[in-house]
Amino acid sequence: MEYFVQQLINGLALGSIYGLIAIGYTMVYGIIGMINFAHGDIFMVGAFGALIVIVGLGAVGFGGAGVLIILALLAAMLIAAVYGWALERVAYRPLRGSFRLAALISAIGMSIFLQNFVQLSQGARVKPLQPMVEGGFVVMEKGNFAVTLSYLQIIIVVTTVVLMAGFSLLIAKTPIGRTQRACEQDMKMASLLGLDVNRTISLTFVMGAALAAVAGMMFLLYYGVIDFFIGFLVGIKAFTAAVLGGIGSLPGAMLGGLLIGLIETFWSGYFTVEYKDVAAFAILVLVLIFRPTGLLGRPEVEKV
Amino acid sequence: MSEPLLTVEHLSMRFGGLIAVNDVSFIAEKRRITSIIGPNGAGKTTVFNCLTGFYKPTVGRLVLAGAEKEHYLERMDDFRIGQVAGVARTFQNIRLFPAMSVLENLLVAQHNKLMRASGWSVLGLFGVPSYRRAEGAAVELGRYWLEKINLIDRADEPAGDLPYGDQRRLEIARAMCTEPQILCLDEPAAGLNPRETADLNGLLRFIRDDSGVGVLLIEHDMSMVMEISDHIVVLDYGQKIAEGDPESVRSNPDVIRAYLGDDEENDDIDAEAIGDRQ
Repeated sequence: MEYFVQQLINGLALGSIYGLIAIGYTMVYGIIGMINFAHGDIFMVGAFGALIVIVGLGAVGFGGAGVLIILALLAAMLIAAVYGWALERVAYRPLRGSFRLAALISAIGMSIFLQNFVQLSQGARVKPLQPMVEGGFVVMEKGNFAVTLSYLQIIIVVTTVVLMAGFSLLIAKTPIGRTQRACEQDMKMASLLGLDVNRTISLTFVMGAALAAVAGMMFLLYYGVIDFFIGFLVGIKAFTAAVLGGIGSLPGAMLGGLLIGLIETFWSGYFTVEYKDVAAFAILVLVLIFRPTGLLGRPEVEKV
Repeated sequence: MSEPLLTVEHLSMRFGGLIAVNDVSFIAEKRRITSIIGPNGAGKTTVFNCLTGFYKPTVGRLVLAGAEKEHYLERMDDFRIGQVAGVARTFQNIRLFPAMSVLENLLVAQHNKLMRASGWSVLGLFGVPSYRRAEGAAVELGRYWLEKINLIDRADEPAGDLPYGDQRRLEIARAMCTEPQILCLDEPAAGLNPRETADLNGLLRFIRDDSGVGVLLIEHDMSMVMEISDHIVVLDYGQKIAEGDPESVRSNPDVIRAYLGDDEENDDIDAEAIGDRQ
């Protein structure tokens, strides 16, 4: 029981990170119908941005872990947002209206480019970070096994919940969200009503990238090491989460992220750590075979 | 009385070797319903597509007399045509945002003015008064049109759940919420029953008389066209063959020939043309 609770806590924290990234996949798919395979690398760029800010400010003797984390988070979101915007502008917009595969290939190309760019500019070795948030609660104890809920895990889950709530509100209630939903449903008509579709798409990339940067920052704090390649695996798992939840659906991405995080931690907890990725990707295969629209996705309706 | 709103001059649209519209000129006026009629494939929808920026015309000038200056539609980006010049359009098939509520469909159409007031949604999130006012005004305008089309009770339902005739009128209401100069309607009566068509006629008359926009109408339902049009332009094979008020168009021999074919002349070309149209 105690072991189960501990895995549940770990799984929720990991799942929050996946969920934040999955939103970027699902929103971009919703609006322009392509899988942005470079999104995982935007997450990686965000993590690096956070690391650079933390180390840089730390080096000039900037104290206070809390302030540092918030500054790094904002900086990472900004950096990733710029990358996300540039990515769309350079690699996807010129290909809009051409065949679908073109943008996909371009995305894979941008993914490789970003990885190599960071590898060259930051070095290929893993980058460690001293733990910044330590300690936690002991939730329950039995024998010599204590279930702990670390402060960091609380920060991760709370931040995720707050961001997702704010984000859902933004989509549901504000003119920006309305524009996004309109573009998602009928881009040409939205443009005829005077909505600037290009700007809306750019904004979607920017928001997705900013959320991915939050995830990157959390990942950095949680694991304490990053390298230029983290975006690949984490990105594909977040993509799996988006597909599991139903690609194009926001609540689906959040749910899928949590489920993938839980599946992965429970698998490593009860079976083998080596095969945790296999478990996550087996889910992807099963979902694609048996429920291609995902858990919360709507079946694609033929547009007339 | 006559206020030229839209001036189409020598409009031609070519797709490779196919000439869809050939040297068509006409004028649509404010507070008037101008109909474009013609057999299938005459180029009516192509004219609309040129007006709304879907196509860039091969040749021709499309001048819309705006409040402050003239807009040359053939040179504008498509989203600016709606936003700046004030051209609103509906389609042959319904293109509402089906998953959004009826009222939201009308709010989306007022997006630009809301956007300005909301400071790119940032202020909106914090409920700044200027944004609240703009949002209130937008909802007000939305409700005004919902009352006109008798859908006020269903404002919060998804637009996709409405019956066909209501969706048609909602589309027109949405177009009107962009506060356009000219309203382009592509076969609004297609698939409507006589009762719904009568409702639609009432709505179009109201728009013409009350809001002061020009209405440009493509329609196959001749009884409707003859009933509500102030001015009719007849196209056939991409050419303008006649123009005038309903009475003169109805009795114009060229128009009758285009619609019914010509029994008198039996030369090869004509026979072929009639055959094509059957």
